[in-house]
Amino acid sequence: MHHRLLNCNYFDAMFLWIIKRDLLLAVRRRSDVLITLFFFVIVVSLFPLSVGPEMNLLRTMAPGVVWVAALLASMLSLNRMFSSDYQDGTLEQMLISPQSLPLLVLGKTLAHWLVTGLPLVLMAPVLGIQYDLPSDALFVLVISLLIGTPVLSLIGAIGAALTLGLRGGGVLVSLLVLPLYIPILIFGSGAVEANMAGVDFAAHLSLIGAFFFVSLVFAPWVTAWSLRVSLE
Amino acid sequence: MAINWFKYSSPASFYSLAGKMIPLFAAAAVILLIMGLYIGFFIAPTDFQQGEAYRIIFIHVPAAWMSMFLYVVMACWAGFGLAFNTRLSSMMATAIAPTGAMFTFLALWTGSLWGKPMWGTWWVWDARLTSELILLFLYIGFMSLQAAIDDPRRADKAGAIIALVGVVNIPIIYFSVQWWNTLHQGASVSVNQAPAMASTMLMGMLIMVFASWMYSIAVILKRVRIIILERESHTTWVAELQKDGVA
Repeated sequence: MHHRLLNCNYFDAMFLWIIKRDLLLAVRRRSDVLITLFFFVIVVSLFPLSVGPEMNLLRTMAPGVVWVAALLASMLSLNRMFSSDYQDGTLEQMLISPQSLPLLVLGKTLAHWLVTGLPLVLMAPVLGIQYDLPSDALFVLVISLLIGTPVLSLIGAIGAALTLGLRGGGVLVSLLVLPLYIPILIFGSGAVEANMAGVDFAAHLSLIGAFFFVSLVFAPWVTAWSLRVSLE
Repeated sequence: MAINWFKYSSPASFYSLAGKMIPLFAAAAVILLIMGLYIGFFIAPTDFQQGEAYRIIFIHVPAAWMSMFLYVVMACWAGFGLAFNTRLSSMMATAIAPTGAMFTFLALWTGSLWGKPMWGTWWVWDARLTSELILLFLYIGFMSLQAAIDDPRRADKAGAIIALVGVVNIPIIYFSVQWWNTLHQGASVSVNQAPAMASTMLMGMLIMVFASWMYSIAVILKRVRIIILERESHTTWVAELQKDGVA
C-alpha cells in the first residue's frame, strides 16, 4: 500500500516536472510564444483589410475568422511540441524511461496549450472588439476557445508525433490535422453565432466539452503510440 | 488436414496469387462496366423530373459508395498491419489509398456536373458534399504522410495510425457537418430526398457498383504487386523472377 502510494506520487511528480520543464523552456525562448500570438493577431487583422471595413459584415464573420485563425496558429506551433526534444535526444530518454509515456505526453500537451493556446484565448476578446462583437458574444467566444483550444493541442500532438523529423513536416502536419479540427471549428464558431442569433448555445459548448473529454482520454495514448512508431 | 491460412500473407506467395487473380477481376470489371453503362445509357428510362441528366448517377453513386467503403477497408487493412505486424496488410492499405482518392474525386466531380443542370450551381455546401470533400482531404493526408516517410515500416505504421484516427473521426465529422448544415442552410436545395427509382435504373446502378468493386480489386492487386516488388527487391525470390524474365 505504502509502495503504491509512493509510486503514485512519483507519477504525479513526473507529470508536474515535465510541465514545469516545458514552461521553463518556453520562458527562456519567449519569442516562440510571441510569434504564435502575433500570427494569430495578424491573420485576424488581415480580414477587414481584404473584405472591407463594413461593420455588419465583419460582425457576422468574426466568430469564423477568429476560430480559423486560432486553428492555424495552434497548428503552426505544433512542430515545436516534440522537435527540440527529438533533436537533443531527450525524447528517446523519455521513451525508454519506466514512466508512463501517455502521461508524459499529456504533460507536454498541457504545457503546449498553456504556452500557445491560452494566450490566444486571452487575446481573443481584443480581436473580437475590433470586429464589434457585443460583450456577451465576446464572452461565449472566450469560453468556446477555452474549451476548444486544448482539443486542438491534444489532436495536434498526434500529427506532430507522426511527422517527427520528416522533411516538410510543417506543411504535412497541416494536411493531417486540419481535417480533424473541423468539428471543433464548426461548434466553436457555431456557439458564438448561435449566441449572436439569440439561440441557445449551450449544446455547442457541451459538444466541444465532449470532444475535449474524449480526446483527453484517447489522444495521449495515440500520440505515445505514434512517438514509438516515429522513433523506432 | 490443417489449412495454412497464412500461406498467402507472405508477400512472395501472394505475389503469384495476385498475378493469377488480376485478369479475372479485370475481365469481370470490363464485362460489368459494359453491361452497366449499356443499361444506364440505353435501356433505363428517361427520368420524368430530371430528364437525361440523371444518367450520371450510374457513375456518381458507385463512385461515392466506393470512396467511403474503400476508406474503411483501407483502415481495416492498416489496423491488421499494426495489430499483427503483417507486412502484406500494410501494403494493401497503401495500395487502396490512391484508388479511394480517385473515387472520391470522381464522386465530387460527377456530383458537380450533375449539380449544375439540377440545382443551377456547381457546388453547394451540403452536408454530403462537404463530408465527401473532407474525405478527400483525409485520403490526401494518408498518402502524403506515407510519401514523406522513407522507411517503409515506419510509413506503414504511421499511415495506419492516421487511417485509424481518420476512420474514428469520419462519423464525428459527418454529423458535425450535417448539423452545421442544418443550422446554416436557408432556402437551398435538398439532396436528401431520394426519389423512387425505376427498377432498371436500380439494376444499372447496382451493376455499376459491382463493376467498380471488380475494377478496384484488380487495380489494387496490380498496385500491391508493384509495392511487393519494390519492397522485396533485395530478396532472392525477386531476383529469381527477374532471371526468369517474369517480372
